[in-house]
Amino acid sequence: MAKEIYTKYKMAKYLRKEALPTALCPGCGGGTVLNAFANAIDQLGIDPRDLVVVSGIGCSAWIASPYFLADTLHTTHGRAIAYATGVKVGLPDKKVVVISGDGDLAGIGGNHLIHAARRNIDITVILVNNFIYGMTGGQVAPTTPFGAITTTSPYRNVEHPLNIAETVTSAGASYVARWTTFHVYQLIESIKRALSVKGFALVEAISQCPVQFGRRNRMKTPTEMLRWFQRNSVLISKARNMSPNELEGKIVVGELVNREKPEFTEELNSLIEEVSKHYGLGDNNAD
Amino acid sequence: MPMRKVMKCNEAAAWAAKLAKPKVVAAFPITPSTLVPEKISEFIADGEMDAEFIKVESEHSAISACVGASAAGVRAFTATASQGLALMHEVLFIAAGMRLPIVIAIGNRSLSAPINIWNDWQDSISERDTGWMQFYAENNQEALDLILIAFKVAENERVLLPAMVGFDAFILTHTVEPVEIPDQEVVDEFLGEYVPKHAYLDPAKPITQGALGFPAHYMEVRYTVWEAMENARQVIEEVFDEFEKKFGRRYYMIEEYKTDDAEIILLTMGSLAGTLKDFVDKKREEGVKIGAAKMTVYRPFPIEEFRALAKKAKVLAILEKDISFGISGAVFADAGRVLVNEKEKPILLDFIIGLGGRDVTFENLEEVVEISKKALVGEKVEEVNWIGLRKEIL
Ligand SMILES: Cc1ncc(C[n+]2csc(CCOP(=O)(O)OP(=O)(O)O)c2C)c(N)n1
Ligand code: SF4
Ligand SMILES: [Mg+2]
Repeated sequence: MAKEIYTKYKMAKYLRKEALPTALCPGCGGGTVLNAFANAIDQLGIDPRDLVVVSGIGCSAWIASPYFLADTLHTTHGRAIAYATGVKVGLPDKKVVVISGDGDLAGIGGNHLIHAARRNIDITVILVNNFIYGMTGGQVAPTTPFGAITTTSPYRNVEHPLNIAETVTSAGASYVARWTTFHVYQLIESIKRALSVKGFALVEAISQCPVQFGRRNRMKTPTEMLRWFQRNSVLISKARNMSPNELEGKIVVGELVNREKPEFTEELNSLIEEVSKHYGLGDNNAD
Repeated sequence: MPMRKVMKCNEAAAWAAKLAKPKVVAAFPITPSTLVPEKISEFIADGEMDAEFIKVESEHSAISACVGASAAGVRAFTATASQGLALMHEVLFIAAGMRLPIVIAIGNRSLSAPINIWNDWQDSISERDTGWMQFYAENNQEALDLILIAFKVAENERVLLPAMVGFDAFILTHTVEPVEIPDQEVVDEFLGEYVPKHAYLDPAKPITQGALGFPAHYMEVRYTVWEAMENARQVIEEVFDEFEKKFGRRYYMIEEYKTDDAEIILLTMGSLAGTLKDFVDKKREEGVKIGAAKMTVYRPFPIEEFRALAKKAKVLAILEKDISFGISGAVFADAGRVLVNEKEKPILLDFIIGLGGRDVTFENLEEVVEISKKALVGEKVEEVNWIGLRKEIL
């Protein structure tokens, strides 16, 4: 079986074979995200040696590290974007990608997400939103839908989830899109655009965690969860004409924003050049 | 009648919290401690515990919420481990400086990098300078008991310092053992209501906490924390006595095992103490004059008890699951301070062991004894020894 995958699966060349099979549960949406990311890299013809992939802590943080065959930096819970900011400023020519979970990037590390978007630094973030802290056993997260059952909200969640893509759009990112693991082709297209755009790019990938989320919310199997994504998703163009009431519990998918804006490392390096020139400091190219 | 139940150490810690009746529990999940807040949230949801459970978004927020609650004058509790405790670091100093008797249960786990979820003591040992008292449990019963003891000591007017109770990741957190759950009434008598003495927020008598301390005052405030920690030694003894009277179980700052005629004494903390006792029995049968000691209280360091123990040994071997890079294990460094001006002292050796969940085997302990025996006959040995290293992959 494993052998067959290596010979038949075209994206296998992007995977670190000695680390396979992945530690993800069968049916986890993380595999779909890994596949979409590999396809995007392949279609854009990006050499993995030009990539630095940074992740935090959680099941979704494992998607790239150690499985994706590129330089990967596996960091601390919530801080992946802060590490990635350092990587990008130090190596502005590299494509810096963060792949991590909703709890990691929008909960404990939400601060970094907002400020990286505000700064519009050229990092691509693939935020895998499974509505839950998957790795630690399914506790309520800042992304858990209102009314959902989790191990720490056994009767129901009384808090409302953070609207991640909208928050990052308001914060100033160049590119923001949201899809689910049901929308694989759209997801690949958006990851490609996110990688190509100059500036901060977020792709929120709504993903299934049948083990910790589905099971407690009447969707035991991955298929049931994917069907839920299919039925509940509303294209953004359609959502614009819907009332908040009509949108309650829906997943709005599509491209939220795609705009040209000054990018942080470029601004920073041109400032350094400008000041160096002014003081006659010679060739002080930050590269 | 006390109830006996078979449970994991995490559950025992949650039971201790239930019995201590904190008004606020704020926690964030992390392996291997997650079950503690989960169990507590269950107790609360089922109406068995009357407390506010705050599902915060990080450990930094968890301990901050506990500081807020404690400053407002109520009993507060949380549980964490490893990176979670490290993330609490700055607030730990604040809790101690504000003299807030918060208690944390720690499932002792290693620190990154590399990522590792298994047992050592690096997380809590690294917080030794924060002004928190530290207790280490050998088994599930001790974890329950020490949490109750920690609250009692922490809230004593002569102390008023926060405390952490550590128990080894997985070896204890996830292992089931019979645990005696004391009666609620007896615990109520033992602990009483928490009545804040000076550090609390009351709109009728406004005070400011945590404000700027100029050079003219800062040092004195820090000194009062030092003094409180010094007072804690006496208070801990008193509370151990009272605990024994109420519950029949006796605790010691340092508990000795077959040390009276021992030439070599092995000292450790936590669950490894159990292994050492079995090992000592085996070596005694072989005729080796060896004993073991378990340090239950690490902060305040049991200075007098340690000196008394040292007097008995020719070689005192410290086995510790932590490392302070550039010097030695932390306990060994502390022991040096304790013995430095003593006229008669044993040869002190440090053994770094079981980091990141590596099993401590009898073979490892044989190696410790071999090195100790060499030192005993005057051979030169290393002061700091890493035991069980896989040299072939270095
Ligand atoms: C500072 C810190 N706190 C807590 C943890 C424990 N922890 C590991 S993963 C995780 C949640 C991950 O949730 P999410 O980012 O949504 O990823 P998922 O597992 O759902 O993919 C937590 C709380 C940790 N590793 N470090
Ligand atoms: S627990 Fe959930 S998120 Fe984690 S690997 Fe399993 S299915 Fe995926
Ligand atoms: Mg998640």
